[in-house]
Formats: sequence, structure tokens, C-alpha cells
Amino acid sequence: MKQLKFDPLNIVICGIGGQGNVLASEVVGSAMADRGYHVAVGETYGASQRGGSVMSHVRVSVDKEMGVLISSGEAHIIIGFEPLETLRMARKYAGLNTMVVYDSRPVYPLGVLQGVQTYPALEDISAEIQSLSAAAYAVPAADIAMEVGDSRSANIALLGAFTQLPDAPLSREDLEKILQQRFKGAVLELNQKAFAMGCEAVSGKGGNA
Amino acid sequence: MTANAPGQVCLMQGNEAIVRGAVEAGINFAASYPGSPSSQVLGMLGKIAKERNFYAEWSTNEVCAMEACIGASLANARALCIVKQNGLLCVADALHCGAQHGVKGGLVVVTSDDPSAHSSTNEFDSRYQAMSASIPMLEPTSMQETKDMIPYAFELSERTKQIVIVRLTTRVCHGRGNVTLGPLPEKPHELKRVGEWDRLVCVSYMHNSMLQKMDVLRQEFEACPFNHYVGPDAPKGLIVAGGTGRLYAQEAIARLGVGDRVGLLSLATIWPLPEQYILNYLRSAEKVLTLEEVDPVLEHNLEAIAGKNRLSITFSGRSDGALPKIGELDPDNVTAAISMLTGVSLPEKKTSSQLELPERELTFCAGCPHRATFYLLKKVLRQEKNPGVVVGDIGCYIMSGQSAGHYAYQACNCMGSGINLAEGLGQLTNYGLDQKVVTVCGDSTFFHTIMPGLVNATYHHANMLLMVLDNSATAMTGFQPHPATGLTAMGDHVKPMDIQKIVEAVGCDVEIADPFDVEETEKTLRRLLKKPGMNVLIMRQPCATLMSKQQRRPVRVYVDQDKCQGDGCGCDKYCSRVWGCPGNTWDFQKNKARIDPVTCVGCGVCAKLCPNGAIKVEGGEEK
Repeated sequence: MKQLKFDPLNIVICGIGGQGNVLASEVVGSAMADRGYHVAVGETYGASQRGGSVMSHVRVSVDKEMGVLISSGEAHIIIGFEPLETLRMARKYAGLNTMVVYDSRPVYPLGVLQGVQTYPALEDISAEIQSLSAAAYAVPAADIAMEVGDSRSANIALLGAFTQLPDAPLSREDLEKILQQRFKGAVLELNQKAFAMGCEAVSGKGGNA
Repeated sequence: MTANAPGQVCLMQGNEAIVRGAVEAGINFAASYPGSPSSQVLGMLGKIAKERNFYAEWSTNEVCAMEACIGASLANARALCIVKQNGLLCVADALHCGAQHGVKGGLVVVTSDDPSAHSSTNEFDSRYQAMSASIPMLEPTSMQETKDMIPYAFELSERTKQIVIVRLTTRVCHGRGNVTLGPLPEKPHELKRVGEWDRLVCVSYMHNSMLQKMDVLRQEFEACPFNHYVGPDAPKGLIVAGGTGRLYAQEAIARLGVGDRVGLLSLATIWPLPEQYILNYLRSAEKVLTLEEVDPVLEHNLEAIAGKNRLSITFSGRSDGALPKIGELDPDNVTAAISMLTGVSLPEKKTSSQLELPERELTFCAGCPHRATFYLLKKVLRQEKNPGVVVGDIGCYIMSGQSAGHYAYQACNCMGSGINLAEGLGQLTNYGLDQKVVTVCGDSTFFHTIMPGLVNATYHHANMLLMVLDNSATAMTGFQPHPATGLTAMGDHVKPMDIQKIVEAVGCDVEIADPFDVEETEKTLRRLLKKPGMNVLIMRQPCATLMSKQQRRPVRVYVDQDKCQGDGCGCDKYCSRVWGCPGNTWDFQKNKARIDPVTCVGCGVCAKLCPNGAIKVEGGEEK
């Protein structure tokens, strides 16, 4: 079993109900457990199907018993499915070492559409995510998903982006294998395409976005 | 879940760990009514029931489930009843009577408390029920303990002839962790014929034997393998954790570097408490911090033990503000409380900007039939002479108290309460209350507890309208079957029950409407509100999530950008502002309406409401 750069390694996955973040946390968590690590996953999805914020914590350790929640400021990686939710979680969980990949496509809260709330300017959101983290990469995951033909594969694109972070515990090849185990036929093909595009969205940028 | 692979390590959800534990215990019988955070348990049991030769049922309500388990226990079955905090209150009578007469086959009740009410209307502490009914209660802290505790609970139940409750909280139910599997029994527990002189009868003279069982349990718990202590001998500072607080505390102690001066006592035996075992650590303590979910139950019991033994200890926890009085424990509030206990703190983290982030209010899903229902109901009631009263029930439609449902709800109590609240108001319309009274319930709730209320309101001629929001699903908890679905937990197809026929049999007038047919349904509603007496309207349209799960997207909806006049139209963004579906988004660059293709499920209702006819529906049957 490989030592981890941080032990426990703390990953926050956040977004809105229905975006597939619970699946993403389950994929990462079981892959690490299969490799013999201790894993703790905490999912907050009480309101998952009804437009509320949802969040998963995935924690990995070589030998430690862990609680399912991450302390504030202790995340090493944040995977965000929506910019506002990414910032909300970065404010709470980001610290000096945190790397962020997030979908830059906003999903407006109901109150914003109804004109009683204001969605902050995207530039302000991304600037603050940058300033709170060690590195942050905006990935057009929902656009990638629409392009490959299924809006539900946005989470797979983000997982691709995640593997390109230097601190990611799973490589591109690791996750490609998992995709092959989990999906087949046309769905696999589509997810593979989304995954590759997600990888490139980060690796193409080289350094700090 | 059914692999006979002892020693294998799996990543398991807490709810899955219950299932695995039940299979390892060789259960014969399982019954439940869905309630989050433990909703998934019975669904998973149902799927493997045939393979493992036991019976599993989604009962019509928790009382049916609990009493069926007691019945099964009489035939020596190992029976598992799964409820959430509110469900445990529903079965309180059966539980208290059951505790008095005890059990034959092991009977374990798993209850899930929901601190912070992530998927509940309230926070509640199940431990009071165990204390009140004199029933032993266990609380695991990890997925492994959860799995291991279920077979232990069954053995304990059989050894002491008493019901055993296992209390879980959301972070255990919805968390995942490594679990080492145990062996599976070759076959389920052995059933035994009910003997002529077998008795499970609740009579007052059994009270004493119930209390004697508590004495036996107290002794048993003095050496329970799930209780443990880590830390210095004779600690001056002691942390006592019941439940998930243990893991947060363990990490906080390490991060603060205070392991040499505070001890951590973890108690899985929540009731009755092992007093001598606790006193081993309490005697040396000067300060005690108690970590527990919801109320300061453990804290007060520890104070009582200290008082009885004349120990002078300063207690802190939920009751004195060291921990928040409401909401769940988390690593941050536990770390802060341990900092207070030890005087050691962590450095502050960097602060964020002043940019205000809008909260994300819950709403009905895109294409949800409830949105149309409440839009129409509120529209019609506004046109009445006096605004009507809407009282409700528990289900997704509870969101009608918010902007999602046009703030329609004025009262909502517990499952099945809506019809009775409305009956009370409906009777007063004969005594001068000059308002229309409407109540709503879902299809699963209809069977759960609405039916007695329907009989009551019909028999007593209340002036009211009951709207059954029939979306063919127990949607809020994850699409469990109910008596109108024609499916059972074990996947059998049975004759579905017809809500309309049941209402008719009670002797009540009933009509059916489609909430998506906005024009017709508005007329129906208006007519029924004018009609005196007890009326029932079934709003029939399947749940949108159910529809998208089946990948039926009958139509494509889009905004004709030439026709939409955006801000220039007099409609004042009717589609997104008033209708408020997440599929109706706004293009803030062009200042025009837009349909979000990722979210929209194609119900097409917004196309009927757009005053300018700018929203178009392509394909499907356009009405």
C-alpha cells in the first residue's frame, strides 16, 4: 500500500442534489478501500432530490480509524459540481494545501431566479476560490457532459479532472479501470469520453489556473 | 451483502452494515416503514430475503411493522423492526406493552435519530423511549460496530427475553467505512411452534419482571465488549462519548496533543448504564465533558451517578453550552469543547471575503406535479372571498410551506395529522369560521395514517377538501412500494389497492384531476371548494424523479427567443419568478427566459402558463 502525502487524506465533494456527487464519492471511496486503505465517507444528502446543497466527505488513511466528517480547514482536495457551492465549501474546508477542481457552470438557486437573491459574479467566485486554495481549476464538466450526449456524465468528467491533481490518490489509469468495471456498452463509451475531456481540462492547463 | 466470506473487508454504508449484521444473525423476519436516515435498510433486506430464506415487508405503517415483529417473536423468530425517530414515537404503545411482556425469539428495533434534522421535520432523542419503556439500548459509533452489534443485540434479546433497541444517527446511517465480514449461518434461526402455554401478554403484574430484567442487563453491560476506555489511568479530565462523538474526540485529542491528560470513555450501552464500569473512570475525574447526539441524556445520567456517589465533578456538554444545544456533533464543535476542557486550542484559519453567498432553498424537483398542484390551489383560494386555510402532512409536499409551494401550508404536524387538523377546522365552519378548509396528503401517507382520519371526517360531515397528491411513489424517502403500487419489498407483484375505491367505500365523494391539466383542474378545484361536506380530490400524476428514472422524457421544451420579451414583457418573469421551476432559468446576459436542458424533464406546464406563448413544446402529445 502506497503511503499518502497527507494521512488522513481529506476530500470534499460538493454540489446540488441529483448531480451525481454521491456516486462520485462512492467510486473514490470503494476504489481506495479495495486497495487496502481505511476509508470513511460522510454524506450529507437529506435534501438530495430537491435542489438543496449536498456534500460528501471522503477520507483515506493507511492505518487510522476516522470519523466521517472533515474538520474545517482540513480538506486537501475539493471537487465542486457548482461554483457557488464550491466557494461555500472552500470557505469552510479549504486550508493551505487545498487543491480544487470545480464545474464553472452556475446553477441558480430558486431565490435568484425569483429575483429575491443575487448570484455573485462568477469572477468574484473564482477569484475567492483561488485565494482560499493552493490551486484551483475550473472545468466545464456540465458542458462536456452535454457535448458527449448525457448531462449525467458531468460527475465522470470531474473525476477525470480530479485524477490530474498532484495529490490525487487515484491515477487516470486507476479510474479508467473502474469505469470499465462499472459501465458497459454505449454508456461506458460516453463516460470514457467525458472522463478523458475532464482529464485534459486540467492537464492542458499545466499549472495554477 | 450475502457473500459468505468471513474476514473480507468491504466499504459499507451504515445502513448496509445493519443489513449485513441481520443476515449474519440469521433473521427470520424484518418489517419497516420508510423513514430517513434508515430508509434504505428494508429495501436492501427485501432484495436478499428470498436468497436468505427470511421474510421482509414494507409495512403500511410503523405500528403494523412493530406488532408484526412481536407476533413473529412468539414463534421464536428473530425479528428486526426498522424505524426512524418519529416512527419510534408512533410505536410507543406497542413498545411499552412489549417491554412488559418481553419476547421469545430475539426482537431488535433499529431506530435512526436525525440530529440537525437533515431529512426530518424535527430533532428527537430516541433514548427517552428506551428509558421510559425499560428497554436496553445500544449505540454504535462506526460501521464495523453497527454490523457487529446486530447479532449481539439478537443474542442479548434472547438471553434476557427482552426487546433490544439499537440507536443510530444520520452520520452512521449515511456514512461509509471499512467493515470486516463475519460468517453467515447456514440457515435462518429456528422457528418453534407457539406452545399452548406460551404467553406474550401485557398485564400489570409483569411490571416487576420487566424491572428485574433491567437489573440483569445492568450487570451484563458492566462487561459489554463494545464499551472501552483509552487514556491515562485515573484521568482528571474525562470525555464520555455515546455514539459518533467518540471518533471526533479521538481525532481532536490527537490534533490538540492532549492524549496524556484526558481520558476517552466510549459507551455503547446507552441504557441501562453500567454504573460500576463508569465509576472506575469517574472517581478520579474533576471535569467531565459528555459527547452525545441531541439531548443531554447521558450527561444528566452521569450527574446522577456522580451525585449518588458524592463525587464533586464539573460536568459540561449539551446542557451548559460547551456544545450547541441543537444540531449534530461535528469535528469542529467537539474540538472546541475539548479545547475548553483542556485549555489547549488550535490556530485560527484564514478568513474569507465579505461576498454574500445566497442560501439554496429547497424546492420541488423540475417537473414535480406538486408544484402545479400548489400553484393552482393557491390561485383558486386567493380568489375566494376569504383566503382559505391549507393544512398538510409529511412528504415532499411539506415544502409547500416555502416559496416552492407558494407558501400554501399553514399547519403541519406529524404523519397522518393533516386530515384531522382539517377536520377540526372544518367542524368550526358550522360555528362561524368563514373559510374554506383544504388538506393534502400523499399516496403513501394515505395508507399510513390518513385512513382513520378519513373515516372520522366523513362520518362527522366536516366541511373540507382532502387532496390526495397521488404521485405513485413514496418519493421523499426513495420510492419504496406502498399498497397502491402493486409491489412488495420482496419484489412480488400483488393486487394494487385503489385509493379512489377506498374513499368511495367510506362513503365520500371523490374526483380525479391531473395537476398538469391546469385549465380543467382549476375549474374542478373551484367547484369542489364551493361544495359543502367532505370532498376528496385525487391529484394524479407520477413523481418527476420516478419519470426521469425511467428515462421517459416525452417532449423537449424551449423558449422561442423571438417571442420572449424578457424584461420588456409585462409578465415580470412569470415563468421563473412565479412558477419557480428549476428548469425555468434566466439568461442574465440576454435578459430572456431560458429552459435549462440539464434540469428540465419536459412536463410542459410552463408552456401553458407563459402569457406570451413563448415557451414551446416539441414532440410528445401536446395538449
